[in-house]
Amino acid sequence: MSGTELFSLALGAILINNFIFSRFLGICPFLGVSKKVETAVGMGMAVIFVMTVASAATYLINEYVLAPLSLEYMQTVAFILVIASLVQFVEMVLMKMMPSLYQALGIYLPLITTNCAVLGVALLNVQEGYNFIGSVLFGFTAAVGFTLAIILLASIRERLEFADEPECFKGFPIVLITSGLLAIAFMGFQGLSIF
Amino acid sequence: MSIDSVLIPAAVLGGMGLFFGVLLAVSSKVFHVDQDPRIAEITDTLPGANCGGCGYAGCSNLASAIVEGKVPVSSCPVGGAAVAQKIAAIMGVEAGDVAKMVAHVNCRGGLNAHRKYEYAGLSDCMAASKVAGGPLDCTYGCLGYGSCVQACRYGALHIENGVAVVDAKKCVACGQCVAACPRHLISIVSAKQDVFVSCSSHLRGAELRRICNIGCIGCMLCQKACPTGAITVTDNLASIDYDKCINCGACANACPRKLIVNARESAPASKPAQ
Repeated sequence: MSGTELFSLALGAILINNFIFSRFLGICPFLGVSKKVETAVGMGMAVIFVMTVASAATYLINEYVLAPLSLEYMQTVAFILVIASLVQFVEMVLMKMMPSLYQALGIYLPLITTNCAVLGVALLNVQEGYNFIGSVLFGFTAAVGFTLAIILLASIRERLEFADEPECFKGFPIVLITSGLLAIAFMGFQGLSIF
Repeated sequence: MSIDSVLIPAAVLGGMGLFFGVLLAVSSKVFHVDQDPRIAEITDTLPGANCGGCGYAGCSNLASAIVEGKVPVSSCPVGGAAVAQKIAAIMGVEAGDVAKMVAHVNCRGGLNAHRKYEYAGLSDCMAASKVAGGPLDCTYGCLGYGSCVQACRYGALHIENGVAVVDAKKCVACGQCVAACPRHLISIVSAKQDVFVSCSSHLRGAELRRICNIGCIGCMLCQKACPTGAITVTDNLASIDYDKCINCGACANACPRKLIVNARESAPASKPAQ
């Protein structure tokens, strides 16, 4: 893939086809872990880490195990298996090798083993026919888009704490409305898709 | 449709499952991290309020500090003697004597203190203290807007006659109120102690009389009355050295302003300020 293609792929994954606001993947952690910016950053970093590694691993599995045996229809099952064991494995390695990183990401890692954004990125890689570099880049940038979205929402929610919203909107409803408005704002990035 | 179209996928996925299973099993041995089982045990023993009264971020952080021997087994102020005993049993050491501590508010001004204006803002001491130095003439006294009451997770504080009062039975000495008070009036003291100087003002006697009906005027009568020399008056304010104090109450009897008092009694129903 050429440099321009990779750039448009990255831009598309972060802004235009943002995983949260445009593809609606990974909504659960997006709403669940966005109460504080600090935890949102932690979650975002864990997602970046897992999605990049998962993209690479699932690409290899698909290319060298499933495709030769023409078992592509088993992708969903196989990818879940791969991602779940990969995250477990990475968690163990981190605990041993990099305790400080484990302290930072530790509690978030198990949360995203079965996140649909992680599975989604693996399946989209195959659908779009990206090569290895493309897959890894797509996984990384899609996760950066996720992190951007969750930090944006967390920052807004921290301010919403002090807002005087109507009684019926208090708590979760106002969060859903906020994320809806954010999604509309992100629609504006559609204009960037010139490539 | 041949049987292969079922067998091959089953075998491939089964093989992958087996491979990852073995990988995880092996790596759990290879990358095994020895974690002291006592940490989990102590964490379970601790109250689990994660209040931060011990100075650590949470109960599990305190547990690992105890296991590492950085702090004594009695470091949890909330759990007190009972928890210290259990932790000591886990650690295999003597708990020692754990003195129960309580918070004490070093002011009984409240309605006795004169006000320079009527504050009608947010009911929060920090906010009130920002408006022209607070509504009280006294720059040391309790504002009575209940920031400490808000901070207390155990319901041990309430506002009585315009001043915060600690319920020693409920207080666990976690120190949250100490941090919350913008005037730094609350201190953690031994629960056995009965006499306190309930004033924090360093103003001179004549000046203080003008603005508060109950504050310490630095008359030195308590200092003279004390049989053990535990009370000294410095900067117009009496203070008790609790290492020397024998809890006899002579100072409380001697105090003309009745501000050295038994802390277990509630604040006096006061003469209203002018």
